[in-house]
Amino acid sequence: MSQKIKDASIPTIPFKARFSRWFGRNLLRIYMLFGFTYLFIPVAYTFVFSFNDSGKSNLIWKGFTLNNWQNPCGAPEVCNALGNSIKIGLLATIFSTILGTMIAFAIGRYKFKGRSSSNLLIFLPMATPEIVLGASLLSLFLVFKINPGFWPTVIAHVVFCISFVVVTVKARIASLDPRLEQAAMDLYANELETFRKVTLPLVAPGIAGAALLAFSLSFDDFIITNFNSGTLITFPKFVYVSAARGIPAQANVIGSAMFFLALAIVIAGQLVKRKKTR
Amino acid sequence: MSKDPITARGDLRLTRITKSYGDFTAVDDLTLTIPKGSFFALLGPSGCGKTTTLRMVAGLEEPTVGSIHLGDTDITTTRPYQRPINTVFQNYALFPHLTIFENIAFGLRRRGIKDVKEQVDKVLNLVELPHLAERKPTQLSGGQQQRIALARAIVNRPALLLLDEPLGALDLKLRRQMQIELKWIQREVGLTFVHVTHDQEEAMTMADTIAVMNEGKIEQMGSPADLYDNPKTAFVANFLGQSNLIKGKIDGNDGDNLVVDLYGQKISMPKKRSHAVDNSLYAGIRPEKFRISRLGTPVKGNILTGGHIEDVSYIGVSTQYVVAMPWGQEVMVFEQNDDGVAPFDKGDEVNISWEPTFTFGLRGDEDIEAGTEVNPEELEEE
Amino acid sequence: MSFPKVRVPYLLLLPGFAFLFTFFILPIINLAQTSTQTPIAGGDTGQYEQTLAFSNYIQAFVDNKEQFGRSFVYATLATIFALAIAYPLAYAIAFKSGKFKNILLVLVVAPFFTSFLLRTIAWKQILGEEGFVVPGLRALNIIGQQTTLTSTSVAVVAGMTYNFLPFMTLPLYASLERIDPRTIEAAGDLYANGLTAFRRVTVPLSLPGVVAGTLLTFIPAAGDYVNAAILGSPNTKMIGNVIESRYFKIVDYPTAAALSFTLMAAILILVTLYIRKAGTEELV
Ligand SMILES: Nc1ncnc2c1ncn2[C@@H]1O[C@H](COP(=O)(O)OP(=O)(O)OP(=O)(O)O)[C@@H](O)[C@H]1O
Ligand SMILES: [Mg+2]
Repeated sequence: MSQKIKDASIPTIPFKARFSRWFGRNLLRIYMLFGFTYLFIPVAYTFVFSFNDSGKSNLIWKGFTLNNWQNPCGAPEVCNALGNSIKIGLLATIFSTILGTMIAFAIGRYKFKGRSSSNLLIFLPMATPEIVLGASLLSLFLVFKINPGFWPTVIAHVVFCISFVVVTVKARIASLDPRLEQAAMDLYANELETFRKVTLPLVAPGIAGAALLAFSLSFDDFIITNFNSGTLITFPKFVYVSAARGIPAQANVIGSAMFFLALAIVIAGQLVKRKKTR
Repeated sequence: MSKDPITARGDLRLTRITKSYGDFTAVDDLTLTIPKGSFFALLGPSGCGKTTTLRMVAGLEEPTVGSIHLGDTDITTTRPYQRPINTVFQNYALFPHLTIFENIAFGLRRRGIKDVKEQVDKVLNLVELPHLAERKPTQLSGGQQQRIALARAIVNRPALLLLDEPLGALDLKLRRQMQIELKWIQREVGLTFVHVTHDQEEAMTMADTIAVMNEGKIEQMGSPADLYDNPKTAFVANFLGQSNLIKGKIDGNDGDNLVVDLYGQKISMPKKRSHAVDNSLYAGIRPEKFRISRLGTPVKGNILTGGHIEDVSYIGVSTQYVVAMPWGQEVMVFEQNDDGVAPFDKGDEVNISWEPTFTFGLRGDEDIEAGTEVNPEELEEE
Repeated sequence: MSFPKVRVPYLLLLPGFAFLFTFFILPIINLAQTSTQTPIAGGDTGQYEQTLAFSNYIQAFVDNKEQFGRSFVYATLATIFALAIAYPLAYAIAFKSGKFKNILLVLVVAPFFTSFLLRTIAWKQILGEEGFVVPGLRALNIIGQQTTLTSTSVAVVAGMTYNFLPFMTLPLYASLERIDPRTIEAAGDLYANGLTAFRRVTVPLSLPGVVAGTLLTFIPAAGDYVNAAILGSPNTKMIGNVIESRYFKIVDYPTAAALSFTLMAAILILVTLYIRKAGTEELV
């Protein structure tokens, strides 16, 4: 194997020094490995226990089964809850992306009177703890005799998603070279055409990222939902409520499936993007 | 306005243009005419207002005061897309999401031109990059991007093409090559080019007319030879090449000539080459116009005596001397190395002489250091 | 470049701001006025009238100062731990991951999609009596036979640290990634050693990310009650738990509102001071 000739004139580096050098150079990578392990332990646990032949309470390992995956809606309410979460998530994403993108363009593109107070109004919902957002909205709905439920939950989600959309899209707009739009105008594109042909395509990745963020925030939200959904069950609520008497393994199936689905979508997106730029 | 500005053609006239940002004046009461079909260079140090001027012509910025005409049409407040003017941006500003083909086709499509493909192919051939049509801008080298930016603008056959230091990012060799190509393309397509640069050599070799700009004002405008041979201000004298400026007093007239007293020694120069307003003036002589001679050697023309060689640098085609004059000033002299040897040594006592007609006269109250700051171009090129 | 009409930005803002006004500002105002109500004498539970009882605030604070204190201490600790874990992680992704950068970034966000509640409960089970960690540690005599890992304040802080880690990592990554590695090289060129270059160049340039990340962690952590409910015990109750139970169990809206308001005000004051101190004027 090793065909290298040992040359006595080349000083050999002692193993200890070599190791410490290797370690120094790879310290961050080793750290990264630990970091990701930490992030993924509960995900792995959830995945493993989705195969548990657990019966009612999924606490102790009782044996391997595929039943839960073959019958993900087996536990009462779980698929109903999932459906509600997806519906609420989609609606909240659509509304908050549209409203937030408009605000981001106004703040990111124009100088106008009241711009800094607009910035403040966007920052405030982010600086308000979810419990306060949820509670105050609930009080308002109660005053107007609106029953908590599906639409109040959508509205509540839009409230806290908007700011995240604005921040994400604004960052993208800020990184846009203004000379590109000037070049478009120079090349006979009027304001509307410039926006459609140059600005929008260049900001689109930011908008897509914002929409994805909004959906994941909404889908995973518990606190605000808990205040405003009344008797409506969402997936996080289902998990929280059933935690007391044991979560059915189907919840693990759904959690794991969502994880792999999201991973697949994002990685596929990355691959498409890479192919395009090649 | 009766006429659609997009069809306007003719000379570009800037009339008393001022552009202020807050209380800072970037362009100051500028009046300028750029003749149709010319290759016009706007030359000046960094921050003097060149880009600002171009942006006002392109419509990307509105003048605070003043008007801009193209032919008979007032375009001062016309939107950029309604002007028959295109820009090659300093950083090219190619659309990163579009292919090279679509970048070039952009303006044609906006104007609803029919034979887009034909025209794009033609201009791609002109810049010799037809094989890159389907690439994205990030997959191009700097020089290629520059040519595409140029193609994207000229394909529209604008009345006026604005180039904002389009060659700034290129290395010296590529830049020289592009200068030749640009000049060739300008003749080929017959458009008016307005070229902004702070590289004086670039301006001199390419333009038919140069305007030297300083602190928001035009210092002087004319053909490259005009500006070089007869600069009006110390700034122009120093910014374009090098100059020796020697303080003097006008001592009288001699026909078409002035008699000037330079620290006690009389010289003469043509009256019409003096820009002095009273009888104090600076006599300006370019270093290569001086001749050095040993004491006692008879010479023609103006002569200044009592110098001695302070420094000698041999640079192949010429030798540069620094000569210390009796009044303490050091002057630069460039001698051609016709016979291949440097005939003077450090410490030699010498006279310097020159043709009176090479002298130019500047106002006596000029700041003779103006325009001598480090040329940024030289720093970039190392 | 400005478009000709000055009205455009206002038209763009209008729908979003109308929405935020109706469903964010109005509720906050309403919350403020609920917070000074008192029960109607002889009324049902949940019936209140406005009496401008500002004493509600004092009462609410006095009754719950322990939970308030705990919320801020836990949130601060979770923020510090998350920063300590996330900074090297974000740095490694930004500068040391080569072509895997995008994949690694996706992996930071990916756990989001397994509901955070499921993951928190997973931690509870991993670290609980039936998991393998506690018996293992006990067998190795690392922890005492009576010591538990769940139902402690350590568990609550650890849970919050874990749950808000992506919120810390992403802004950090975003600001680190924007740093041109050449500026760090330039610092090296100017005789800064690795550590000095890091301290003088990398850290200041990543400061906006640090500010954003700490805010995005601290604010939700201070108002959180889920981690305390799942991983804690009655002794680790945070102000969020109190507000929740006032709303749903005791139906004491004025106290809940007063507590919410106090919490919000405290957070806003802290955040403002923090932003001033960090010198970042642009808030979002
Ligand atoms: N938007 C602006 N606000 C304030 N000052 C400005 C603005 N744009 C330009 N200036 C100032 O106006 C002056 C002229 O700028 P300009 O860009 O025209 O210079 P330039 O001659 O093109 O220089 P360079 O050769 O470096 O490109 C500069 O001092 C610049 O700082
Ligand atoms: Mg410029």
